[in-house]
Amino acid sequence: MADLGVKIHELQLKNPVMLASGTCGFAEEINDFYDVSQLGGIFLKGTTPRNRDGNLYPRMAETPSGMLNAVGLQNKGIDFFIENIYPRIKDYNTPLIVNVNGSTVEEYIEVTEKVNELDKIPAIELNISCPNVKEGGMAFGVTCPGAEAVTREVRKAYKKTLIVKLSPNVTDVSEIARAVEGQGADSVSLVNTFVGMAIDAETRRPLLSTVTGGLSGPAIKPIALRMVWQVAKAVKIPVIGIGGIMNTADAIEFLLAGASAVQVGTALFKDPLIPLQIIKGINEYLEKYKMESVKQIIGGLQM
Amino acid sequence: MGKKLVSDFLVTENIALNKTNFLIRLASDIKLPSISPGQFVNIDINKSNEIFLRRPFSVFEVDYTNNLLSIIVKILGRGSKKLTEIQPGEKLSLIYPLGKHFTIPDKKDKILAVGGGSGLAPMLFLARESGLPPENVDIVIGARSVADLVDVDSYRKYGNIQFTTEDGSTGTKGFVTDHHLLKNEMGKYDKVYACGPDAMMKAVSSMAKKAGVFCEVSLENLMACGFGVCLCCIEPTVKGNLCVCTEGPVFNINDLKWQI
Repeated sequence: MADLGVKIHELQLKNPVMLASGTCGFAEEINDFYDVSQLGGIFLKGTTPRNRDGNLYPRMAETPSGMLNAVGLQNKGIDFFIENIYPRIKDYNTPLIVNVNGSTVEEYIEVTEKVNELDKIPAIELNISCPNVKEGGMAFGVTCPGAEAVTREVRKAYKKTLIVKLSPNVTDVSEIARAVEGQGADSVSLVNTFVGMAIDAETRRPLLSTVTGGLSGPAIKPIALRMVWQVAKAVKIPVIGIGGIMNTADAIEFLLAGASAVQVGTALFKDPLIPLQIIKGINEYLEKYKMESVKQIIGGLQM
Repeated sequence: MGKKLVSDFLVTENIALNKTNFLIRLASDIKLPSISPGQFVNIDINKSNEIFLRRPFSVFEVDYTNNLLSIIVKILGRGSKKLTEIQPGEKLSLIYPLGKHFTIPDKKDKILAVGGGSGLAPMLFLARESGLPPENVDIVIGARSVADLVDVDSYRKYGNIQFTTEDGSTGTKGFVTDHHLLKNEMGKYDKVYACGPDAMMKAVSSMAKKAGVFCEVSLENLMACGFGVCLCCIEPTVKGNLCVCTEGPVFNINDLKWQI
């Protein structure tokens, strides 16, 4: 068995395969299938200061090699999480990371301060890239000043590992990555979904209640991979690669492009067992090339 | 842990019941868990990049002795169309068992099960699993025409099966709601169940509500995952937006925000 362990700032992971926020609930839903302690880490469903009902149905449209979603951060709020969900999941033996959201900088801080008190949450992922909410979300993540402002204030309020989740809906994602690195982010994760839309030609209506939504799945993988590669070259902090990862080869490609770890997201809808297959597959890959540690392939792209 | 499964099933039969409905029987090489009427499986059709997501199907029959599970597939779109072209010997990955089942009737209950389209599958499953004497079970199946109906003779031993067709080619002419059991005798039932197109379920719900009878319906909102993580299949309810896949697909009509 090769050493699959990687480190994201102070976060020690037993392997680089984690689950993406918004695709694995609060970990219990995946634990219904298998013991989630086998995973590198779990990014929990996006959480806001107070209850959000999310967008109207329909929120989903299947597209070639992927899907659009417009959930709109439906969640019961951070207090509900702390009182009702956290006690049930806190002892899972894998890092649980809260995905922090807000409509204003103050709201991001409100959630962050509450999460800071939770012993068993070793990191947060600051979501400045949700494309499906009217206020906040992606609005912060598409300009350097916006991304800097929210990162700077959240950094002041948070002592543990701070990961910032970046939007791909920008001209130059490496600029945004450098901006949040400059404000004290410990890591960046990318990409969130691409803004897209789908129309029913027969009814001549949009397929989503919100007209536009976030595209995910293997359809976006080549673009996500390119962005991860660009960002990994632009920053010194560890990069977490996300975007259409469906199998071992996909995950290894992201590691080669410079990601220290990956998140599997939409693939879980297809098969929640995929992350376990990838963990096993990475080990087989390392053994095949007689490498002792997964660290040997991180950024190992040969030009 | 271990309450839900992902595993491959072997297609043992694919029988055309009529032009648009197919019975697909699937064999598991692992022991099937208990599955109740109203629960569903999510199937990876895996035939084209255009069909990226799984498709949910209500369970029709379960044979625990031989680990067989069957579904009725009605062609509705590209996914169901592809699935009906599957051949015996091919394999399909299923996520199961998913969702909440219908409330199993009490011992002396008189029940009415109303099915439209492939919605008859869970209704027949329920009739069979209810454990009630057949005289306590009325089943009304609605279709556009006799050509759209499927042969349900083997289910007559579980209840009194009636048909309605929109063109009057068999049974009562009209919609299920035109059947005298719904029009005139709704009040005699302890529990009413419906599965089928939304308009049909709403009409049945409205009649059950007026008669003050317990009524459950099974929804089929579009879903991506089927196990409560994507939050796409939500239905507005008195308890807020709930996932049809985990909090349903079976709902009591009093919990829904339907204008009925």
